[in-house]
Amino acid sequence: MESSEEHRHIVGYGQLAVVLALLLALTGVTVAVSYIDLGFLNVPAALTIATLKAALVLLFFMHLRYEGPIIRYGFITTVMFLAIMIGFTFWDVAFR
Amino acid sequence: MTTAQSYLEHSSPPGRRGWKAWLLTHDHKRLGLMYLWAILFWFVLAVLLGLLMRTELMGAGRTIMGAETYSSMFTLHGVIMIFFFGIPAIPAIFGNFFLPIQLGADDVFFPRLNLLSWYLFMFGGGFAIFSLFFGDGFPDTGWTFYVPFSISSAGNVSLTVTAAFILGMSSMLTGLNFVTTFHRLRHKGMGLMKIPLFTWSLYATAWVQILATPVIAITFVLVVLERLLAIGLFEPDRGGDPLLYQHLFWMYSHPAVYIIILPAMGVISEIIPVFSRKAIFGYKGIVYSSLAIAIAGSLVWAHHMYTSGMSDVSVFVFSLLTFLVAVPSAVKVFSWVSTMYRGSIAMSPPFFLSLCFIYLFTVGGLTGLVLGAAGTDIHVHDTHFVVAHFHFVMLGGTGFAFFAALHYWWPKMFGVLYRNRPAYVGAVAAAVGFVFHFVPMLILGMQGMPRRYYDYLPQYETGNFLAGFGAYLLVFGLLLMLLNLVLSLRGRRTAPANPWGGTTLEWTVPSPPPVENFTATPEIKDFPYDFSEIVANSKK
Repeated sequence: MESSEEHRHIVGYGQLAVVLALLLALTGVTVAVSYIDLGFLNVPAALTIATLKAALVLLFFMHLRYEGPIIRYGFITTVMFLAIMIGFTFWDVAFR
Repeated sequence: MTTAQSYLEHSSPPGRRGWKAWLLTHDHKRLGLMYLWAILFWFVLAVLLGLLMRTELMGAGRTIMGAETYSSMFTLHGVIMIFFFGIPAIPAIFGNFFLPIQLGADDVFFPRLNLLSWYLFMFGGGFAIFSLFFGDGFPDTGWTFYVPFSISSAGNVSLTVTAAFILGMSSMLTGLNFVTTFHRLRHKGMGLMKIPLFTWSLYATAWVQILATPVIAITFVLVVLERLLAIGLFEPDRGGDPLLYQHLFWMYSHPAVYIIILPAMGVISEIIPVFSRKAIFGYKGIVYSSLAIAIAGSLVWAHHMYTSGMSDVSVFVFSLLTFLVAVPSAVKVFSWVSTMYRGSIAMSPPFFLSLCFIYLFTVGGLTGLVLGAAGTDIHVHDTHFVVAHFHFVMLGGTGFAFFAALHYWWPKMFGVLYRNRPAYVGAVAAAVGFVFHFVPMLILGMQGMPRRYYDYLPQYETGNFLAGFGAYLLVFGLLLMLLNLVLSLRGRRTAPANPWGGTTLEWTVPSPPPVENFTATPEIKDFPYDFSEIVANSKK
């Protein structure tokens, strides 16, 4: 067995509340930014905020921050795989 | 240890009897057997469908079926062979049975989830049968379900892709179980470089199953939504892009080819050293090439789309990446052949089938390079050449490896020995029939005969007749091997624990294995293919 010790990390209410507040605040930022015309940066800005929010959920609500390397690498592999799939497909469209 | 303590006699969880001991089992070995019988049913059905198609093509003009029936036949043959046989066969049967044992574990990490996977597989199968006889008739799109035809076809496409969706869930859960078992239940003394190569190949496959299957699942959902609600994702008339479907489909379906072939390569990596009485050549090379195939094989999907109107840049990049996959595949073939070099070869049915695999798979790989090169692909695209190449890899490769695995592990799974002579006769007939079947198809394809046509020009008649003749010989060989194995269950020639002189952990336990796999702590060797003890004992 690779890791014989089961360890559970319990996140306190305080920390969870802070993350929740951050998520709500970032939602507010998303709405606020949508009223500003940033031209080409409209989509990148919205996606950056969404990525930040997803990262918070993954790290704290889904405990990725406290997991071992296997889970972390597994997750990173999955995201990279998805990025390549989407990237290569858009690549075709871009040069068609 | 007596057979009375085997998993066939004792249920898991204990105390269950009769049908409950099977249908509610948590035992990975019983589930492996349950997959075996279900998958063999589908395999024989698809083989017979293929034979009917070949019979139709043996003479020009209509012989036993018309164009529409032929279209349904190749669709069903493809769907069953890919989703009901190729993808699940080796992982679900032999992976379920042997992965935990090879890792020194008593079961998979999620036994109940394993049972659920089997039920999803059976449910998906039931759904597929349902889709044939209810609704709008047989699907006729081919196993690729290409849009826009699959959106407009009158056939029962929606239900068939739903069946494939359910099967995909089964495949994902099996993959998840294998990855978790690999990491969490492996024996403490078994480092990464002490793991048998079959298990390594299943691990690489499992990652592809987990990562790629959701793509096809959601794509099938989108096809159903297109058919029911006309949402316009793939329909050019509504501003959709049919190439998007092809991208999404092949994102899964090309890796699916590696889901099918990687475990087969694992089987061959087990069998070759055992019957060469020699440590596998390039153990680490084979491990890394399995992982490399899993990764690189997931990046080459659009080589199916060179003639579809995709951008030239993408054609160039995907062609280049396709050639890269050939490298790790060649590493494996080189390692297998080098293992046999100066080995002490002991011929046996599984070893003979493995030799057939190496030859046929190599031809499949080399013809794949013809298709991977964008220039030559345009000439043979959508011809019989493609069909022959695919069958060289899938049937000549995985099919023969499947039969090799059956003959290799049958004594362990059932505790009985089979007769060698019918096995050899069947294997030779299958191999010769295979060559007669598919070599003419390679030539027909280069001459320009398109795939999926029930009729052809007169100049293609000789080739098609030869292919049909080969098909009958091939099917005779396959069925003879299966019959011989099934009849061995009646003969009860008891198998010893290690009839072949294998070195991996499954050969250290009785045949058939006890319900808990190991009655004592398994002894982990520094190298899983160390034959020094086996060779020393054989000299005594």
